[in-house]
Amino acid sequence: MLQQKWTPQRIWLLVGYAAAAAALFSAPMFASDFRLNLLAKFLAFAIVALGLDLIWGYTGILSLGHGIFFGLGAYAMAMYLKLEASGGMPPDFMGWSGLKELPYFWKPFENFGFAVAMGILIPSVLALVLGYVTFRNRIKGVYFTILTQALVIITTTLLVGQQAFTGGTNGITGYSTILGASLGSADTKRVLYWITAAVLIAVFILCRYIVGSRFGKVLRAIRDGENRVRFIGYNPAIYQMVIFTISAAIAGIAGMLFVLHVGIISPSMLGIVPSIEMVLWVAIGGRGTLIGAALGAIAMNWAKSEFSTAYPEGWLFFMGGLFVIVVVFMPKGIAGLIGQIKFRKKRKEEDHEGIRNPAV
Amino acid sequence: MKKRLFYQLGLLLVAFALVLAGCGGNNNEPASTNGEASKVTDAPAEDGIKVGILHSQSGTMAISEVSVIDAEMMAIDEINAAGGVLGKKIIPVLEDGASDWPTFAEKARKLISEDKVATVFGGWTSASRKAMKPVFEELNGLLWYPVQYEGLEASPNIFYTGATTNQQIVPSVTWLLENRGKKFYLLGSDYVFPRTANLIIKEQLKAEGGELVGEEYTPLGHTDYATIISKIKEAKPDVVYNTLNGDSNVAFFKQLKDAGITSKDITTLSVSVAEEEIRGIGVDVLEGHLAAWNYYQTTDTPTNKTFVENYKKKYGDERVTADPIEAGYTAVYLWAAAVEKAGSTDVAKVKEAAKDLEWDAPEGKVKIDGETQHIYKTVRIGEVQSDGQFKELWNSGEAVKPDPYLKGYDWAASIQPTE
Repeated sequence: MLQQKWTPQRIWLLVGYAAAAAALFSAPMFASDFRLNLLAKFLAFAIVALGLDLIWGYTGILSLGHGIFFGLGAYAMAMYLKLEASGGMPPDFMGWSGLKELPYFWKPFENFGFAVAMGILIPSVLALVLGYVTFRNRIKGVYFTILTQALVIITTTLLVGQQAFTGGTNGITGYSTILGASLGSADTKRVLYWITAAVLIAVFILCRYIVGSRFGKVLRAIRDGENRVRFIGYNPAIYQMVIFTISAAIAGIAGMLFVLHVGIISPSMLGIVPSIEMVLWVAIGGRGTLIGAALGAIAMNWAKSEFSTAYPEGWLFFMGGLFVIVVVFMPKGIAGLIGQIKFRKKRKEEDHEGIRNPAV
Repeated sequence: MKKRLFYQLGLLLVAFALVLAGCGGNNNEPASTNGEASKVTDAPAEDGIKVGILHSQSGTMAISEVSVIDAEMMAIDEINAAGGVLGKKIIPVLEDGASDWPTFAEKARKLISEDKVATVFGGWTSASRKAMKPVFEELNGLLWYPVQYEGLEASPNIFYTGATTNQQIVPSVTWLLENRGKKFYLLGSDYVFPRTANLIIKEQLKAEGGELVGEEYTPLGHTDYATIISKIKEAKPDVVYNTLNGDSNVAFFKQLKDAGITSKDITTLSVSVAEEEIRGIGVDVLEGHLAAWNYYQTTDTPTNKTFVENYKKKYGDERVTADPIEAGYTAVYLWAAAVEKAGSTDVAKVKEAAKDLEWDAPEGKVKIDGETQHIYKTVRIGEVQSDGQFKELWNSGEAVKPDPYLKGYDWAASIQPTE
């Protein structure tokens, strides 16, 4: 991919990306505070979707447990924010759970740098451990997916049960400042939005780099024929572990950004439903295309927000209808359709980001 | 191939049209649980005062919260029929919290900053309130929260029209100790309300000479109580204090009856089982068990008679009223009265006017406590009858002053927040 020629398509693609990036960065000029806040949340979701696409779209590992990695990142950030709000005292929920002293593992989270590091490290290590015990033992496909679901249940039960340490079902909310800047002020929000947009673009570039590299080719080979890859002499388990860990780290980063914009994290955001929803965004957007995954996340969440406002009672039916239409009639998702139009004439050539056009 | 492409493009268009319909649907779709009350924004905003109604209309909590929406809509309709507030109609703007706490926060933000509503009536679970609280405090909005809860909170931007612990749990424990026995078994769902409530009960038992013989928590939605029931049999408590929520109550009470334990053997007092839940659980298994609330459909006040009549007339004879429904209804009236008194919907002015405001609610006379923004409520202990209604066994006589931090109780010192 690196040696790709400057074909017109590639130039158009780059122009398109540049336009999208410009639109992202200039959004604060057009959107109201509320809309900007929503958009920022969607961008955080788009980041998870990118990570999820790496493992599902490109490596063929379906994880229905990405809510955990997202949530662990979010909790790390929430712990920092909560301690900043309470001035290092035990947060309110510890008080009403009968805990007088700040637990030792909460203390270091007073440090912003530590919290951010943990927000990436904890999901990564968990993913690495899970990957180690599963991929090395050649647990794959549906069995792996079920394991990730089990992990979701374990994590949410743990978070709900340890109310004194985690805030229970309520989760952690009620923040005031980040690094001394008020979270409520419009300026802070704008800066946080820009940070989120920048992170999204950075993650996107990172993912493109991974996908385009030799490493990425092996990943796709694993997706299309794991045994063949093994026979050639590669060890798929290592590749799967690495990409799964990267994906979890990305989810952790997204979780941290999510908390900054939404102002609450609770076990319900880590649950089975959000975990499946994340996979749906990727499916709807078009798995195996990075831009599709990101667009899918933004589009589906935007639709959800608009529908639920317009039809507070019936919005779920609209969402369901949308899912059915896309899944049944556009199996390659939104990006697949766009890709099909764009490259219709060049069908035989190697296409952008590995979308394989359906047989005619 | 070409045909197929057009076909797919067409479908994409349909999907897109759906999305557009979603965005544009605000104005022309009756969007409520009841038909006529909800021409949401037919009239331009200048002609009325917009208020937000933010409850779960989907998800696990919808079954409870939809009735509260009905009650709030009914109050709004009644007030509008009588001329509105400050001579203007109240226009409800409905949003779905979807039983998801971050969604509650998002929708609260939307109602305040986009719709510019004067106030919001909403929430059911403590988690949803905790999620909305920072939003209301940040944007200086006003929230009316209609459900009994675990206390230890008094936000300057929230009015609490449900009971706090000293208006429900604490007096009911005292009553049980005096009338039913000393040995308590605590059973609850595993979330904030039961855990906090039980923390308080344990302190109270220590102080008032009760004895704790067991404490169990089950995850929300748990349905197998065989183990816990055998533990209860072994512990031989006088009272099972039940803070289970939702479906779990159905399973617990059925299995309790199957195990041969009736209300004559062990008293069970629930704090989350009201008339609506009785319909779901079944009267046969609940008969004789107790509950603690501030209002029952059978509560004998003149206002309640008309309230129940109107509610049934509007929503159907089979519907019942219950404590949170009444609290939601009361909230709307209290807000309207405060706005009238203030002559404005400005949050600071409404809060000022709300101080010591009194109103004849279906549950009896209520009064807003200016300091905590909770309301004075009468405590009532009721026994489930064979018709699915409660018979009041005891009440506090007068409305009890709210004390969310339990400052008036020496034994509660260890529960109070450190700050």
